[in-house]
Amino acid sequence: MTGDAFPATRWSVVDAVKSADPTEQARALDTLFAAYWKPVYKYVRLRWNRPPEDAQDLTQGFFAEMLERELLAKYNPAKSKLRTYLRLCADSFVMNQDKAAHRHKRGGNATHVALDFQAAEGELAGATIDAASIPSPESLDEFFEKEWVRSLFALAVEDLRQLCVEQERERAFRLFEAYDLSGDPEISYQKLAVEYAIPVSDVTNALSWARREFRRIALERLREICGSEEEFRREARTLFGPDTA
Amino acid sequence: MKFLSDKTVDRLRQNATLPDLFGTRYRLLERVARGGMGVVYAAHDEMLDRRVALKVLDVPAADGDFARRLNREARVLARLEHPGIVPVHDVGTLSDGRVFYTMKFVEGQRLDKHIETVTSLPERLRLFTRICDAVAFAHARGVLHRDLKPANVMVGPFGEVLVMDWGLAKILREPPAEASEDDPEATIVHSPKSVDVPADTTPATQITGQGTVLGTPGYMSPEQARGDIAHVNERSDIFSLGALLRFLCAPVALANANSPRRREKALEAICAKATEHDPAQRYASVSDLSSEVSRYLDGLPVSAQKESLLDKAVRLYRRYTVPILLIAAYLIVRTLILIFFHR
Repeated sequence: MTGDAFPATRWSVVDAVKSADPTEQARALDTLFAAYWKPVYKYVRLRWNRPPEDAQDLTQGFFAEMLERELLAKYNPAKSKLRTYLRLCADSFVMNQDKAAHRHKRGGNATHVALDFQAAEGELAGATIDAASIPSPESLDEFFEKEWVRSLFALAVEDLRQLCVEQERERAFRLFEAYDLSGDPEISYQKLAVEYAIPVSDVTNALSWARREFRRIALERLREICGSEEEFRREARTLFGPDTA
Repeated sequence: MKFLSDKTVDRLRQNATLPDLFGTRYRLLERVARGGMGVVYAAHDEMLDRRVALKVLDVPAADGDFARRLNREARVLARLEHPGIVPVHDVGTLSDGRVFYTMKFVEGQRLDKHIETVTSLPERLRLFTRICDAVAFAHARGVLHRDLKPANVMVGPFGEVLVMDWGLAKILREPPAEASEDDPEATIVHSPKSVDVPADTTPATQITGQGTVLGTPGYMSPEQARGDIAHVNERSDIFSLGALLRFLCAPVALANANSPRRREKALEAICAKATEHDPAQRYASVSDLSSEVSRYLDGLPVSAQKESLLDKAVRLYRRYTVPILLIAAYLIVRTLILIFFHR
């Protein structure tokens, strides 16, 4: 839509994992974990009806297996979206674990990543999806997509916060937080202007900047976790709607 | 990391996408449609208390030159005051740098939907001549539309015909009052597309690079399709109008099914001439094309068709059916009387 709709190409994780450079590989996997661990964890909890401890093990194990079996390298962007591929891999992983009853071995040799499962569990408690509808493939896909968007937006908000600190624009982030993140229906530009003792135009400018940066960051992150330009464009529309041309 | 509720995710998505109209006199009401160059929203003009169509362009905020050019061209289009052209009310810049225009909010139907209810060929042709009037007016002011197609024409509730979406318009020459040092090759301004209908489903128009235009397949002239900007002129719009005329004449449940094929041949000849591959072979002006259609409507010969004797006889019969039948009846009666008295 705007010029920041399609940020400058960065290496997709799909390409980066094939890199000979271990630093690049590690960065790619970090990016992938950051965007997907919560959706995968919540998905395993709901789709496979696993208690929190099992779901934590399975999530860790899934990402460990992804490394061991180089699942990302086998991904073909022409066949499916990365998001769908990972969900199906997660399904297959859980089923295989059940069959082989290898739970005690799961992730045994892999390094566990520090993941905040407690926070994910707390979020899951507030999940709005109807448990009765879980078996429907459509609702599963919808649920996974919703969690994926949430995860990506949360990362983008965190990146924006850091950017504001680096650029000494903390006030812009606080305004963004108050107006766009708080969910306060009573909030208004005027109220914020009074609260911060600044002109309303400053509030407008700060929010415009923050939203523009938020969008840019989210799209940059998205590009990293897409396997192709076409997938990126499709997923960008999922993220920001049809006007993301 | 902060947990984002569903509501917050929706709000973030909306705020990161919707134009921020704060500081303008407009209040956003709803998204209406996506056009070739941007998104059209319904907005409320707080100052004049009226509903307007507001189009936000897909222009990078950082591209100041392009935005300035769009602004200048919007001003030129705003002076195209014609009942068949949607007027531009206002031009402005959003806080994120994107350019927007506000225009009259048109209630009505797109031409392609509207003609489903118009089953008379003459009525369709009269609609066409009114489209020609608007385009001819723009041409007289040095403005090309470059994206004429059924989806870009609206028919209002009182039958008014409005040519929409001047998003790919090209200004050939500026009116004297607006003469400036700016690039005369510059392009693009617009009016709302399909303001009260769902988003256009025809293949999207696009603009690339330095104004190289890709119109809509089936309606764009060969020179446009080649991206041959130097040869895009009034005759390129005439090509599109020819294609539009062919669309209007398509045999879709026309009520006067007695329209003989010979008459359609004349119309087909007009369409063929308007859509000639070589621009020099097309009509010289939109007025010529419109006059030709009017001549057809009046039962007069059209320059695009070489009439055979039979064609001419049929045309004359169609045009003078009543007098011919009256004379024939008179002659028959007269003959019968003569025969009767002769006995």
